[in-house]
Amino acid sequence: MTAVGLALADGSAVARRNLTKITRLPELLVGTLVTPIMMVVMFAYVFGGAVAMSATSYREFLVAGIFTQTVVFGSVVTGAGVAEDMRNGAIDRFRSLPMARSAVLTGRTASDVVYNALSITVMALAGLAVGWGVRTSALEAAAGFGLLLLFAYAFSWVMAYVGLLVPSPEVLSNAAFIVIFPLTFVANMFVRGEDLPGRCGCSRSGTRCRR
Amino acid sequence: MTTVTERAGPAAAELMIDASGVTKRYGDVLALDGLDLQVPRGSVLGVLGPNGAGKTTAVRVLTTLLEPDAGSVTVAGIDVRTYPGRVREVIGLSGQYAAVDEYLTGYENLDTIGRLYHLGRRRSQRRARALLERFVLTDAADRPVKTYSGGMRRRVDLAGALVAEPQVLFLDEPTTGLDPRSRAGMWDVIRELVDAGTTVLLTTQYLEEADRLADDIVVIDRGRTIAHGTADELKRQVGGDRVELVVASAADIPAARDALGRVSPGDVTAEDDGRRLSAAVDAGGVRVLDAALRRPTLEDVFMALTGHGAQTGTDTVDAAALVGVGGPAREMSL
Repeated sequence: MTAVGLALADGSAVARRNLTKITRLPELLVGTLVTPIMMVVMFAYVFGGAVAMSATSYREFLVAGIFTQTVVFGSVVTGAGVAEDMRNGAIDRFRSLPMARSAVLTGRTASDVVYNALSITVMALAGLAVGWGVRTSALEAAAGFGLLLLFAYAFSWVMAYVGLLVPSPEVLSNAAFIVIFPLTFVANMFVRGEDLPGRCGCSRSGTRCRR
Repeated sequence: MTTVTERAGPAAAELMIDASGVTKRYGDVLALDGLDLQVPRGSVLGVLGPNGAGKTTAVRVLTTLLEPDAGSVTVAGIDVRTYPGRVREVIGLSGQYAAVDEYLTGYENLDTIGRLYHLGRRRSQRRARALLERFVLTDAADRPVKTYSGGMRRRVDLAGALVAEPQVLFLDEPTTGLDPRSRAGMWDVIRELVDAGTTVLLTTQYLEEADRLADDIVVIDRGRTIAHGTADELKRQVGGDRVELVVASAADIPAARDALGRVSPGDVTAEDDGRRLSAAVDAGGVRVLDAALRRPTLEDVFMALTGHGAQTGTDTVDAAALVGVGGPAREMSL
């Protein structure tokens, strides 16, 4: 096998290990899948009426945001996994094997693509239930989901890097929450850019600034 | 136990581990300060030292996990810095904290490692089953490691290090935290590996462990070798044979001192606790192997009472075997 072939084989061995671990930890899986459903329901029905859009179109607007938010939070799983492997000596074990160095991270991020695909599916179903739907061609919808997965994959790498730097998975989860949570609120996820107050509304690119 | 002859000829026997002048610094801390280690093929080197002596750092350098700042290291004749990948193909590492995945089964843990050694699916699966059988883990093979006892985890971890039948095995404190029975089990396993020709470097805090397993022992402290030899040589270095008496009451000390003085050519020393006396032994060229009032050790009691699968009570035993910066007065117990 070529070096690239070996690296891919190693990456898939690590990915397989990570996915097996996920199936043994149903608590984690359930938590991550229930959270987006909860967010969709909460924002659609609690804030839906208070937002300056019709309730139906707000739900449509919201679901796309929840998709994004969920995969961003999903990347915390990547980072925490890397941090856990660092802490418990798994990375040392891997590093003492004649495997591709890259496989620890490519395998980790690859298994999280599967994980993200799963949570996007659950969210799409939840979205359908509250009135969201695909209004474009199947191809465009697929491209949209593809972009979402790519975004999730990119974010997984960011968090994998952070996971290498922090001393424990707990530190990572807390730190990530502090950064990600406000970000999702100032982004035009829950509220349209135009409707955000003053500076918040101007701070993002692509949003026309009202004076 | 191997004798001096084998150790005296590193040129004669092929060195499977050869480290000289290894230095590693973490910020202000000099973790390794010109460490030298030589291990001939098929022998066991025990690296003994207190916590923070640099044992784990040394293992990490030898197993390519850390690059040394200075010095040269070869393992199985391969330079660790130039060809780390080739070194990894011939070594096995079992760490201080069993690096097994809790949520995977024992079998899955070993199979994953086999894949990463590129054994291929079939061979990797066969190897995993064979190792589980050898380490008496067949019944637990398909249970998550989370449900294993400490001793079972260590065995899986050691099995992981053996997946690719390494020529050189690194064991970083393989029995720390195990109860006496599991420890004895690990010793048997390691002994078997050595009999089959594996070269082993073993770090430990326990003198007894080094005594049982190692042909040769280096004692390190602050990243430097402070003593080197066989277990017997080290014991002699500590000041020769002494006889020690512990009396029931401090009032008996003068009479005991008198009695001990008649058999010893040297001074009789009293210890601080007021009930303990010791004196050098010189039986005119006769090598005294032992003179003691024998009672069962706590370990004997423990083993006899529990018979199997004991969980607690290790600390008292371990404390006695701990080796520190021992002076001549400190007995290195067997």
